[in-house]
Amino acid sequence: MNESRQKILDRLRTVSREEGGWLQRRVDKRAWSEEEKVQRFAECMSAVRAEVYRTSEVSWVKDLQRILKSKGAHNLLYAPVKPHGKLLLEDFSSSGIELLPYDLEVERWKRRLFEEMDASITGCRGAIAETGSLILWPDEEEPRLLSLIPPIHCVLLPAEQIYSTFSEAVDIQGWVEGMPTNALLISGPSKSADIAQVLAYGVHGPKSLVVLIIP
Amino acid sequence: MSGEFHDSVVKALGDDALRQHLRRAMDSLIEKRLAVFPDQDALQALRRYGMAIRGNALSKLPQLLERFEARCEENGVHVHWAETTDEANKIVFEILQSNDVKRLVKGKSMVSEEMGLNHFLEDKGIECLESDLGEFIIQLAGETPSHIVMPALHKSKQEIAELFHEKFPDIPYSDDVDELTAVARGILREKFMQADAGISGVNFLIAETGTLCLVENEGNGRMSTTVPRLHIAVTGIEKVVEKLADVPPLLSLLTRSATGQPITTYFNMIKGPRQPGEKDGPQEVHLVLLDNGRSRIFADEELQATLRCIRCGACINHCPIYTRLGGHAYGTVYPGPIGSILEPQKEGLERLGELAEASTLCGACGEVCPVRIPIPKLLNRLRWEGVRQDGTGETSGQGRRRKHSESLAWKGWSSLASRPVLYRIAVKSACRFRRLLPQQLGPWTHVRKAPEIAEKPLRELVEVQGFTDE
Repeated sequence: MNESRQKILDRLRTVSREEGGWLQRRVDKRAWSEEEKVQRFAECMSAVRAEVYRTSEVSWVKDLQRILKSKGAHNLLYAPVKPHGKLLLEDFSSSGIELLPYDLEVERWKRRLFEEMDASITGCRGAIAETGSLILWPDEEEPRLLSLIPPIHCVLLPAEQIYSTFSEAVDIQGWVEGMPTNALLISGPSKSADIAQVLAYGVHGPKSLVVLIIP
Repeated sequence: MSGEFHDSVVKALGDDALRQHLRRAMDSLIEKRLAVFPDQDALQALRRYGMAIRGNALSKLPQLLERFEARCEENGVHVHWAETTDEANKIVFEILQSNDVKRLVKGKSMVSEEMGLNHFLEDKGIECLESDLGEFIIQLAGETPSHIVMPALHKSKQEIAELFHEKFPDIPYSDDVDELTAVARGILREKFMQADAGISGVNFLIAETGTLCLVENEGNGRMSTTVPRLHIAVTGIEKVVEKLADVPPLLSLLTRSATGQPITTYFNMIKGPRQPGEKDGPQEVHLVLLDNGRSRIFADEELQATLRCIRCGACINHCPIYTRLGGHAYGTVYPGPIGSILEPQKEGLERLGELAEASTLCGACGEVCPVRIPIPKLLNRLRWEGVRQDGTGETSGQGRRRKHSESLAWKGWSSLASRPVLYRIAVKSACRFRRLLPQQLGPWTHVRKAPEIAEKPLRELVEVQGFTDE
């Protein structure tokens, strides 16, 4: 194995090329106002059937309950330790929707996760206006599968955290300094056009993506 | 054309339904791509940028691979190197064996197709299930991908409905796309839960951070790399880029060129296995870096451009040959223009050199390539590699396509054309005895009339017009 490594690298090294010092990197960004970014983000998301709601600091919990009820969700998987998780805990008891914390390692309740969860909620690390993408950095409290297994995925997005482009987000947030084990861009519900180029939603991941924008 | 290739071309050309289906699919992909690149100047600037990013990475390839490997080890990802597909298969098998894996799910990976990984592992008793919807369909049908981005592109809705009905007789027949998708979702969710390992490909490797990037729409890539306790990624050594900042422009070029999407649903950046305190993600992550002829392609300054490819498939979508034949007629892992430059170099010109000849050189592939690979130029170059005699080229099988009869004909032509008197006599006699020339000229006249030779040579006709000198 090590021998192959050496052989491959040796073959590559025998070729001397001028190193590409000529590459001029640039941060691609747009001079959009916050409102323009929110609008562009919402347009892109709607184009791929994600639902975008403009709500507020005080009303998002009630809005979330209403949306989940209209979709027939009976439970909501969430991260109890996050600030938004704490708010949910205070205000969700009367809703009839059961709050379920993601507090076990996946192996200990895989089947329940796959079969019983209707919806989940996560925060995010911002969004990208140009392509309508959410930036998620899963962590100990909000694990990777929280945004993948339940059929409905809801995301809280503070409006001031929308960047114009991916390139700008990577630059301003200093991603190079340290990224999580898994970083994600999510741009809509799961979809495929593998059957006769006809677009179908909800293939393996969430069938609905709900974004709550908080000014 | 060789017998095998000739037969598959004739067969493909005779399939009217397939051709109509492909024409419609390609027209729609071409339109979608145009719609997401509304500004020509911006597109050209982005293509130049994409080319520079990939060119820069290749110019430092050995250094970047070492840097990438060092970052991976820091992040807890095990890196393996394989010179051949055999070696890569064995590496994957050993990892699976030491983890006691019986069942695995796969995300879409063309490198694993290159390796023939599914067959290899199934022979050893490991169940490999493709989880990308298109790959799942062709695996059910026992076929190979006919397109690098849309593997089941050649199948109609009805064919897929019948296939599902045949394989899953308990589920009621339907040719509704949403219902078919729901069937696949149900079956595969169960498999994601049960799988001991997940195998995926990689779109970009980032040397600066040691990150593996995956582009997908369905979420099966995320499932395969997150739910099972073990994740093995397989990819080619050329996929590395230098910096994280190189990824956003390449991603934008990739998804827009491939399917006309501004971005795919998921862009998945993997740094390493589950850390203490984390509740999901694989316990172990391995990456197999495959050479399989790439370092040889790398050695030729011009042909090295082949390795800039980011596998968007735009060249395929715009190719008049592919649109008439479909992917299977090529008989290779990578079809279309990119396949016609990559496969002869990987597999040797003696075996696949004729693919470089299966092109009209119309130039569409080169015009749409997001990293400006001069595909028509490379096709021409490989035609020359096939007949060159000096034996100093890097390409395997060089000179092996040289035919005695062809080289004799060219020598005759060259000697005739450099002797004016002889040339004139030859032209005059061709005109005089034109009616004696054969009317059947092999395959050319199967569908065409033989060309007619004029009564008088062009030189004489021109002289009549009053031109005295050449």
